Amino acid sequence: MVEPALRLDRLSVDYRAGGRNRAVLRDVSFEIARGEAYGLVGESGCGKSTVALTVVRYLPRNGRITGGAVTLDGADVMRLGPQALKDLRAKDVSMVYQDPGKALNPSLKVGRQLVEVFEVVGVPLAEREARALEMLKKVRIADPGSVMQRYPHQLSGGMQQRVAIAMALANDPTMLILDEPTTGLDATVEAEVLDLITDLRRELGTSVLFISHNLAVVAKMCDRVGVLYAGMLVEEGPTREIFGSPRHPYTISLLRCLPRGGQRKDRRRLDTIPGFLPTAGMLMPGCPFAERCALADNLCRTEVPKLRAVCGRLVRCHYSDRAVDLPRNTPADVVMPKPTMGGAPVLRVSNLSKTYGQGSHAIRAVADVSLSLLPGETLGLVGESGSGKTTLARMLLGLVPPDLGGTIELDGNPLAASLDRRRDEEVKAVQIVFQNPDSALNRSHSVSRIIGRALRRLGGFRGADLSSRLNALVAAVRLTPRHLALRPRQLSGGLKQRVAIARSFAGDPRIVVCDEPTSALDVSVQAAILNLLAELQAARAVSYVFISHDLGIVRYLSDRIAVLYLGRIMEMGPSERVFEGPNHPYTEALLSAVPNLDGTRNTRIRLSGEIPSAANPPSGCPFQSRCPRKIGAICEISEPPLTEAEPGHVIRCHIPAADLERLQREYKAGARNVEAGQEIETAVIDASHQY
Amino acid sequence: MNRFLARRFAFSLVTLFVLSLIVFFLGQILPGNVGRTILGPLADQQAVDALNHQLGVDRPLLVQYGAWIWPFLQGDMGQSYIYRSPVAAFVVPALGHSLKLAAVGFLLVVPLGILGGVVAALKVNRPLDRVISLGGLSATVLPEFVSGIVLILIFGIWLRWLPIDAAWPDGAGPLIQLYYLVLPAMTLVLGLFGYIARMARAGMIEALDSDYTRTAVLKGLPWRLVIWRHVLRNALLPTITVIASQTGYLIGGLLVVETLFRYQGIGSLIFNAAKAKDFPMLQACVLIIGITYAVATLLADLLYSFLNPRIQMGDGQ
Repeated sequence: MVEPALRLDRLSVDYRAGGRNRAVLRDVSFEIARGEAYGLVGESGCGKSTVALTVVRYLPRNGRITGGAVTLDGADVMRLGPQALKDLRAKDVSMVYQDPGKALNPSLKVGRQLVEVFEVVGVPLAEREARALEMLKKVRIADPGSVMQRYPHQLSGGMQQRVAIAMALANDPTMLILDEPTTGLDATVEAEVLDLITDLRRELGTSVLFISHNLAVVAKMCDRVGVLYAGMLVEEGPTREIFGSPRHPYTISLLRCLPRGGQRKDRRRLDTIPGFLPTAGMLMPGCPFAERCALADNLCRTEVPKLRAVCGRLVRCHYSDRAVDLPRNTPADVVMPKPTMGGAPVLRVSNLSKTYGQGSHAIRAVADVSLSLLPGETLGLVGESGSGKTTLARMLLGLVPPDLGGTIELDGNPLAASLDRRRDEEVKAVQIVFQNPDSALNRSHSVSRIIGRALRRLGGFRGADLSSRLNALVAAVRLTPRHLALRPRQLSGGLKQRVAIARSFAGDPRIVVCDEPTSALDVSVQAAILNLLAELQAARAVSYVFISHDLGIVRYLSDRIAVLYLGRIMEMGPSERVFEGPNHPYTEALLSAVPNLDGTRNTRIRLSGEIPSAANPPSGCPFQSRCPRKIGAICEISEPPLTEAEPGHVIRCHIPAADLERLQREYKAGARNVEAGQEIETAVIDASHQY
Repeated sequence: MNRFLARRFAFSLVTLFVLSLIVFFLGQILPGNVGRTILGPLADQQAVDALNHQLGVDRPLLVQYGAWIWPFLQGDMGQSYIYRSPVAAFVVPALGHSLKLAAVGFLLVVPLGILGGVVAALKVNRPLDRVISLGGLSATVLPEFVSGIVLILIFGIWLRWLPIDAAWPDGAGPLIQLYYLVLPAMTLVLGLFGYIARMARAGMIEALDSDYTRTAVLKGLPWRLVIWRHVLRNALLPTITVIASQTGYLIGGLLVVETLFRYQGIGSLIFNAAKAKDFPMLQACVLIIGITYAVATLLADLLYSFLNPRIQMGDGQ
């Protein structure tokens, strides 16, 4: 039998914290065959990263392996001496992790850091530079020579991660560990990095351990997948089986938390998982998921189930045969009253621009944006970093003054540009929920003080009135009175975000700007927050401006979607129309960049080049420098106007909507045909002959 | 990079200007009459007034400031009230003395402090770390007249290894001078070691814990190279700033040490000038210290920007 690339055999790891040993991994066993890609999924705190760090023997000081073995390429990692361990790290295993900006040394040039990798394995000095250049070419970095001479902070996030991947693969390791390698990158950049990894893996035959909280990314990248829960492997098998027909209640619940197949807020609610992940080291005599599982009985609470082979995979559940009928925690079919959308717009924005800096250094963060929002409507703002989403939101809130000439109207009345010129009524009418509740909430105040203050300041409530409103609001965001005395640090991320939502709803706002409200949260928590936002909207006819990089979530919550690129609206229309097309070529690329859970290979449109800087946007159409459907000189000369493709659906493109629709239909059909035959290679559509 | 340094340079100039204003006007608020102080309580009031007029201290404050700062900028620090001779004749040699002592102290404490901090960080929470951290902190909180006296007692009186007086005999060579300076310099080292070691330790711990250090280790680099190439440079950046801010202390804060070891530096000069209300002397000393301080900070910025590429490009703060 061929030795697997990596084998974990009943691995157990403890962290010592607060004077106690807490088990973070318990009896984790799996194998990764040569050339195989294995995914490890689970929510934060499940022990995914600990697995990775144990494999390379880089546990934190308080971490200790209490049992089991790790065999990498035939070698027992735990028994290696210092030199053998260094050799193993240099040649056999590499790791790429989240946040490439931190993973590279900020004070050394990229070339120097890359060359080091060859130095370690004894490549002669004269060859190192050339090998490094070759590696940079392999990860498809444009102009590798100049990148070698740059410092990490001078590269974009996507390029930094390419450099990290180049370093990791330079010595052709047996095993590549990827720990959330694309988390925090933009959708199109993520797709490029994932494609790169796929291609290099095929070329080099590297085995991959892929760790991610993003199930769709794992589905796209991995042959087999293991689901970790509270340090235990609860289900493992071929990716298609696990995500297609999960058998462990945790996997089933996790998948139900995600909006799939065009699911929308008014049709079907997301499922949630009750309770919380047990803290590491909690004594659990039985199944770790029992406390949160609708199927659990006495047996589950007293006896840890064994990993058993069921339907072509391993499941750690006493009742895996019944798991397919796992009752939902949140009923799906709760009919939500469709918010009374219509009437006069609550918000109307005309020709809003924002320019930072002056003269030759001017950066146009938002350019000539006009949009409106109906009461009870959700407008999704989509776009990559630097597209102006957040600047636009800040202008609505009065935190950033727009350039002269633009207007914001609330209920038909002009709204002052600056917050301190707005009347109290107007201030409480427009509120925000931030991405990170940790920094948005005052950590030295209790929950009741945070919400109570908002009720006093925004709602003007006093005395008994205040406390009854406080209780009502707390109940509305599904917090319990028990939480009122706690401080933010005593709450989980999801609970903190509920407090932040309660705060923003204190003054009965007309519009709430949600700036990536769930991107710091786990999927099960995210589902609960999305449900909450949908419920609050249905009950109060509040309008949302919903900013997110996750298109699935935007689709779930939004009635209309605006796609921004370099500060301009490239496309805007009803949610379903934007998802079905015809689309602006940028939207098309963005949509095709999103991996889906079915694990089918996307007919992805590859964009060339980096997102241009807003300080120096391309002439003509801002997207022309990367557009795969560019038709010629006209795109470079004039910026196309927003033209109506169908009622309420506008696209900023020189190609008429009817032609876009035909091209995109043909492209999809073509890609399907290719897929049926062979693998899809880069498809760059040349539409120029049409015009 | 040049823009960054130009900005810093302009900032130093503003700081020095404000300092000169503060020094000058604070001097005017101090109780006592200059002429009276010089001539003594028995002197005739007319004589006091005449002296005040002669010294120019009866003119409007702004005029006095202008009359002081303008020649100062051209190198004329004015006349001492007490000694009736140019201030520069006292300030320049005293500054030389102080710089000598400061340099010895600096050359001792910086490597020792950094080494201590680095070693402590590498052995974090082990006994050696506790000894360095706790010992350094204890020495820092001791006032110099205590640590200085303890050093004098041990090395000067019991062991008789070192002179207890920093004033070396006339015509002494550099080595002899150094020999005389060891004990006062050691007092300074005790005062600063804990501070620098603490910063270096914190920076090291942060850098050791960073993702780029993990990257370096997982590349398979030997530990020595990881520390040397990847950790130290990033770890010591904040320490450099701290050291720069302490050079001011090394030059201006030597009052106690200089008095204790009877050393003719700028610290003792200030002390005597303040006692005697010798404004030109006092103002010149403080401003000179301020300039030294500004230059040291500027040098630290230069070094910092050299070590930190993000500042070099002028796109970071």
